[in-house]
Amino acid sequence: MKLNHIFSALFSFLVLFQLQIVQAEQITPLESEADSALLLNQLVSVKSTSDKKDLINLIAGSNLPQRTRVLTAMQDGDLYYTKADEQLVYAKTHPDGYEISAVVNGEDLGVVGSRKVRKISINNELRTVLRGVLAELAIRSEDAAERLAAAKDLIRSPAPEFLAAIERAKAIESNDKVLESLNIAMAMINLKSDQQVLRLEAIEAFRGTLDSDAMSILAAMQLKDSDGNYLEKDELVRESSAAVLSEMRGQAKIYKLLENAFFGLSLGSVLLLTAVGLAITFGVMGVINMAHGEMMMLGAYTTYVIQLIMPNYIDYSIIVAIPAAFIVSGLVGIVIERGIIRHLYGRPLETLLATFGVSLILQQAVRSIFSPLNKSVSAPSWLSGSWEINGALSLTYNRLYIIIFSLIVLLLLVFLLKKTFVGLQMRAVTQNRAMANSMGIRTGWVDALTFGLGSGIAGIAGVALSQLTNVGPNLGQSYIIDSFMVVVFGGVGNLFGTFFAAMSLGVANKFLEPFAGAVLAKIFVLVFIILFIQWRPRGLFALKGRSVED
Amino acid sequence: MINKTIFERSAIGRLLLADKAGRYLIGVLLAAMILVPLCNLLMPAGSFFHIPTYVVVLLGKYLCYALLALALDLVWGYCGILSLGHGAFFALGGYAMGMHLMRQIGERGVYGNAELPDFMVFLNWTELPWYWYGFDSFFFAMFMVALVPAALAFVFGWLAFRSRVTGVYLSIITQAMTYALLLAFFRNDMGFGGNNGLTDFKDILGFSLQSDVTRCVLFALSALSVALAYILCRAIVSSKYGRVLVAIRDAESRTRFMGYRVEHFKLFVFVVSAMLAGIAGALYVPQVGIINPGEFGPINSIEIVIWVAIGGRGTLFGAVIGAVAVNYAKTYFTGAFPEVWLFMLGALFVISTLYLPKGIVGVVNQLRERRAERNATSTPEQGAQS
Repeated sequence: MKLNHIFSALFSFLVLFQLQIVQAEQITPLESEADSALLLNQLVSVKSTSDKKDLINLIAGSNLPQRTRVLTAMQDGDLYYTKADEQLVYAKTHPDGYEISAVVNGEDLGVVGSRKVRKISINNELRTVLRGVLAELAIRSEDAAERLAAAKDLIRSPAPEFLAAIERAKAIESNDKVLESLNIAMAMINLKSDQQVLRLEAIEAFRGTLDSDAMSILAAMQLKDSDGNYLEKDELVRESSAAVLSEMRGQAKIYKLLENAFFGLSLGSVLLLTAVGLAITFGVMGVINMAHGEMMMLGAYTTYVIQLIMPNYIDYSIIVAIPAAFIVSGLVGIVIERGIIRHLYGRPLETLLATFGVSLILQQAVRSIFSPLNKSVSAPSWLSGSWEINGALSLTYNRLYIIIFSLIVLLLLVFLLKKTFVGLQMRAVTQNRAMANSMGIRTGWVDALTFGLGSGIAGIAGVALSQLTNVGPNLGQSYIIDSFMVVVFGGVGNLFGTFFAAMSLGVANKFLEPFAGAVLAKIFVLVFIILFIQWRPRGLFALKGRSVED
Repeated sequence: MINKTIFERSAIGRLLLADKAGRYLIGVLLAAMILVPLCNLLMPAGSFFHIPTYVVVLLGKYLCYALLALALDLVWGYCGILSLGHGAFFALGGYAMGMHLMRQIGERGVYGNAELPDFMVFLNWTELPWYWYGFDSFFFAMFMVALVPAALAFVFGWLAFRSRVTGVYLSIITQAMTYALLLAFFRNDMGFGGNNGLTDFKDILGFSLQSDVTRCVLFALSALSVALAYILCRAIVSSKYGRVLVAIRDAESRTRFMGYRVEHFKLFVFVVSAMLAGIAGALYVPQVGIINPGEFGPINSIEIVIWVAIGGRGTLFGAVIGAVAVNYAKTYFTGAFPEVWLFMLGALFVISTLYLPKGIVGVVNQLRERRAERNATSTPEQGAQS
């Protein structure tokens, strides 16, 4: 009687389910937890394969919260029922038997002996059903990212039983990326069919996409076996696949080029950030500041300290760190200028040595205060992740932001030098110190300010570097030679030259890397600059003048 | 009496007669060359006069640095070329010597391969790269010790001086040169032992490198080399040619307008200096027992500059004094107060550029002049009493 009741309920559900297949959007809500318990526990009582199949479909079509987990457990053979009260449980193996928890309400039921429970048995036919049902559940999940992941899984393991599920999912899919992946997955399945028309259609479907799995499967179709015969027997299919493949490869190459250019520009931006402060001190003032790298290091350590001070606001700490690093490095710069460099104007080689001494002192000071080990600076969440444009091109946010950031810094600097009164004074002192002095400009004050500005910008560069490399006492040293190269290559005293040099060196480096390797690429760039200097001893955009030194 | 006239008539004698400090320096070097080995080998271990072997090695190392400083002073002090890449010439000379010593190991290596050095066997190389050919011969290796740095200096200098790259630009591209070489020698594919460099040397010309006698001979050779290099540099700078160098240092354009081919003068002195640096490296490697790419580091090259600056730029003997003094300080402080050493070195840079533009030699000269002035102004009786 009771069994009868259950079967009649089951039957009514089955009718409902047929309807659901047709109108996939409509899912019958279950009234209460009691109903869901009823439905799930039928898994214990039904025995025949066809009944189980129906029940699986019923569960999948319901809106039970635990449906995915139940079905996955069933597929993996982790679904059991207790012999005593016929309760459906998840079971994990345990030295003393099984560790079980109730399916209906998730209650932990502790460890039981292996004889107290029995597995819900499945066979190959049911496994196939389960796979299809689970895949469909995943590609119809609420979350677009989950749907995308599921569709990518389907691309990787195409099987004909998913075809119907994909068709249904496509009908209601609104997200373009997921839809594209579903199309590829469907084409992957159709490619395995034995109808030529379907296969040709599938190959055509790959056209315009950049999926790497699709490319490798197309490439595999061009292979020959050991006797020299093509593995792919159908000539029409083979030719069409070759055509689509070459088109896809062409597109992928373009995107690879774009990606390389992007990497190059982001490396160039790092170079620009590190060199632009030097362009001020070296280019505008003629001071060779070997401690420039240590100014960056101070900026990076400032970021670290700010993060220590506000550990709960990592996302905002970097925004605080930018002005803080500017002030710290700028003040240290002013102290160095007033204390040492002021006495050495007109003796560039001596300045080089004195500032090198300063750099050693600063390094050792940091080593003594913070320990010689590298410090970890955590990245704010909005800097991580990447912007995926398509299968072949994705731009990471930290690189994207550093390009924008370096441009902002450069533009602000140009504005400061060209449009403000302080900038006017700076340029006046650069061009003719004695004349500027006699016009009432306090050259000493302007010198200190200019040097502070250059050092402060190095500090800002340090904030950016703290997101890219390890923050340690040697951080500055590894960038100082590169930044000098950029300034010398671009032409001293010319911010546009510095910008151009940084970007072109960055891009050149990244384009050389695939052929020569990172180290050799760097060597090539260095040798190129050494040779370039012979050709243009004053850099790419040298200031023209008529004076002769001496 | 006759001896003195012969001395006076010889070219070296004439040079040294005009150079009192140089006479002292060469005297000290020759004395050390004889006394240090004697004190090490003949005196019993407990004796007051005994010099332990590690001190001999240390002194030998200082002398190599002194030779290197001398080379830099020749170009920087007398021609105004501030090379921040002299470490590269030193290291190249060292590598040439190291390659010879590697070949001398022969079958005694870990892998027992008579032909290939250990690191090549480790990297699964099957045959010796062509640029290692000939280094089993001592004389070929000695030839390369001078030739390789000279060739690099010639190409680099020919390009740079011809296009009138001067001042800080030259300094920066010499730094780029040594940095590029540093990166290159770090690569395993280069065939110079990569990161680890060349080491585990056994003997030189059949004499064990571990024995006291060999070490003393190497020390004596280093002292002799410094003395000879000093005489060579002195000869160059006190000739007419040296006068032109100083003119280039002080006013390059004016010298050029007077009709001197500035780039030729610069190139010659740059190449000579590179050769001296290479020889210094070759003497350094057997005494220290290792050469690795770290020697190409830009910091090393800058340190050479500071030896010269502290000793006294443009004096030659100042460079020797500076190299020995700074390195002695380095040995002492890195042992006794390792934390303080970089502070010290940094402060040395700052103080020597700000307050001692002429280095130790300049201070000594200043003190002497002051005393001479005081003597001149004081009464004759007081002068006689003091």
